[in-house]
Amino acid sequence: MIEPWAESGALYGWILAMGILVGVSCGLVGNYLLLRRMALVGDAISHSVLPGLVVAFMLTHSRNIPAMFAGALVAGLITVGLIEFIHKKSRVKPDAAICIAFTTLFALGVVMTSLIDKGGLHIDAECILYGEIAFVPLEPPVEWFGIAIGPQPVLLMAGVALAVVGLSVVFYKELLVSSFDPGLTTSLGFNAAALHYGLMAVLSVVVVSAFEAVGAVMVVAMLIIPGMTAAQLSSRLPVRHGLVVVHSGISSLAGLHLSVWLNCSTAGAMVVMGALLFVLAWLFSPSDGLVWRWRRRGSDGSGEEGTVASPGGKV
Amino acid sequence: MNRGSLRWLGLAVLAFGCLFCTDVWAARISEIKEYSILEQAARFFTLRDPSLRNALIGSVLMGVSCGLLGSFLIVRKQALMGDALSHAVLPGVALGFLWSLTKNPLAIFVGATAAGLLGAATVHAVRTTTKHKEDAALGFVLAAFFAAGVCLLTMINNLPGAQKSGLDKFMFGQAAALGDGDVILMAVVTGLVVVILALGYKEFKVTSFDSGFARAIGFPAQGIHYTLMLLLAFSIVVSLQAVGVVLVSAMLVTPAAAAYLLTDRLGRMLLLAAVFGVVAGAVGSFLSFVGHDMPTGPLMVLAGSAVFAAALFFGPRYGIFARWWKQQSRAARTRRENTLKSVYHVLEKRSFQGDSVSWQELAEQRRETEDEARHLGDELCRHQLATRPRDQADLFLTPSGWQRACEIVRNHRLWELYLTNAAHMAADHVHEDAEKIEHVLGEDTVRELERRLNYATHDPHGKIIPGLADVQSGLPSLTRGGRAVGFGSDT
Repeated sequence: MIEPWAESGALYGWILAMGILVGVSCGLVGNYLLLRRMALVGDAISHSVLPGLVVAFMLTHSRNIPAMFAGALVAGLITVGLIEFIHKKSRVKPDAAICIAFTTLFALGVVMTSLIDKGGLHIDAECILYGEIAFVPLEPPVEWFGIAIGPQPVLLMAGVALAVVGLSVVFYKELLVSSFDPGLTTSLGFNAAALHYGLMAVLSVVVVSAFEAVGAVMVVAMLIIPGMTAAQLSSRLPVRHGLVVVHSGISSLAGLHLSVWLNCSTAGAMVVMGALLFVLAWLFSPSDGLVWRWRRRGSDGSGEEGTVASPGGKV
Repeated sequence: MNRGSLRWLGLAVLAFGCLFCTDVWAARISEIKEYSILEQAARFFTLRDPSLRNALIGSVLMGVSCGLLGSFLIVRKQALMGDALSHAVLPGVALGFLWSLTKNPLAIFVGATAAGLLGAATVHAVRTTTKHKEDAALGFVLAAFFAAGVCLLTMINNLPGAQKSGLDKFMFGQAAALGDGDVILMAVVTGLVVVILALGYKEFKVTSFDSGFARAIGFPAQGIHYTLMLLLAFSIVVSLQAVGVVLVSAMLVTPAAAAYLLTDRLGRMLLLAAVFGVVAGAVGSFLSFVGHDMPTGPLMVLAGSAVFAAALFFGPRYGIFARWWKQQSRAARTRRENTLKSVYHVLEKRSFQGDSVSWQELAEQRRETEDEARHLGDELCRHQLATRPRDQADLFLTPSGWQRACEIVRNHRLWELYLTNAAHMAADHVHEDAEKIEHVLGEDTVRELERRLNYATHDPHGKIIPGLADVQSGLPSLTRGGRAVGFGSDT
């Protein structure tokens, strides 16, 4: 169990730190996405930041971090705008509009990556899908006053996580109200549209900084699985925020061990462990775990849970 | 346009398959790199190379089955189910590979279908047993299954001795890597999709549009849903090699959405979606062949998106330009009709003495500058509603212009009267409403209004309502009497 730590503790320490930071910043944003029923907008943006990244790279010919953030922001907002455009200007439903918008942008990004000169760009097909969290510690460390602090991606992610935590503290009230009751938000004098686009902008930044580590598809998992697990355990938003942090800690650590054991992708293993935690919460949540509901129903036979439509071997 | 059209589609697919069954030319795809684009295009479309033939037939088959099933996803509002299922099959692909440690199409097919169905069942279970909404359930299945698949695939990549060539092609697709076995499997699946959809067309249609009604008349809605999911899993699995896991959902949704923009009938939509799917597939695999080493999937998706964009902008009925044009022409017609009304008012003010109006009068009536009035008058002339003889500065209404002017004023005043009499609105509150409705009242409604108002001759403001006689007679006949005659008074 302690084998990886004994071998090269620093290496795994940085991977673990990266996993937790990605999990925390994605999970906090994801809580709001889930409340707003926008989980799949997260899916869309996580795919469509790719062309933004590639264009930023083509313009600067280097991995310029502000440029990449700007590219991702623009791509994210274009995605949201495109979805609204297709949905409003035609009779295509929003779900199909989401699908069309992000697949188009993602395909554009993939074609561009295979066309441009890849010197120095760490985006290839593998990275887009799997992420390279295992290579994070190998990045050149950042030095402040001659002291090596840590690998650059981890520090960047730490900054993003701090910003997300800060923003969700500062705008807690606004986000809470607008997530539950958009009408009330407007009547209280908050700008609901600005909050929406602000959240989308933060989402784009979080997604792009997590992109390299976990890849396009698994960012979705990082966004929604912690929040879904937390929602199984509590219906209070502050508690959910806390649970998201716990979830990302456990799933990162367990995932790291799983990946060493199976010799497989670290990011994938972290997500698998996160999904496993959700299944556990689904089954054994103290408030509405499936197991308790089945047992209660089996004992008194009243069948009071109308929501349980078809329990059975589905799990 | 229903079962018959589907049967023809099936025949066409079969004929297309037979057409290219002769093996004429054999070359490896690696040998054909030194040709110009034109030559490559010729090679591509004459289908002389078996691998190319496989690629093209494969993408055509994929286009047909994805387009047909995608249409049902669109009308059932389950577009993202395709996305979730296409990611969910990945662990099945990896397990199928682990079974035999080679790229055995059948083992992969079985594994992936099982994983897809498990994914669909999980979506259903999460949605019904937790408080999470459909989007979260789909996202969970998509991400969790995909992650499991990635774990297994990376594990396989690190296994010693496994023959893993081609497995990475499942991500973004490479149509040129399709083998004979793959194409046969695709043909079987596409045939199955076409046959099942044709046989159960009525059932699929009814459950898609009105599941409550379907249950009421005894259709097994749940069974039909899972049949559709099974077919969906089948066609996703066989499409993976050509278009890749990540973008299969686009092949399902985009052609069908484009078809949805063009027609209101399910039969036509299915046909169009299949055609668009074939176009996207063929264009994508052609571009991927011309540009060496390009992944096929993204190019097919971009081709499909181009088709969708064309339908979105240029669709004859629901296209953005068509609707914009309709809106513009309606606005222009309203503007012309308002000018005609002003001309009528000018004539009415001087008790229909003289049959022309000057720019100055028109401008005064409309509270505009003379230039603007002249502009509006020219517009009337262009539409043959008025004439302006070369030597005169005045505007004469043509018979059709006079008729339309009478109609508009009549509509306006009838509506005002109706609102005051029937809806008991104050006489000074009815003008705004009448301004809007005067342009859209049809003849039948006008007849009914006249009847209900007992063929009244005066509006609430005491002005005469032009009647049928005014509309039908020309302007000169009016000037004889010195005023508009009102309905019935002349007959």
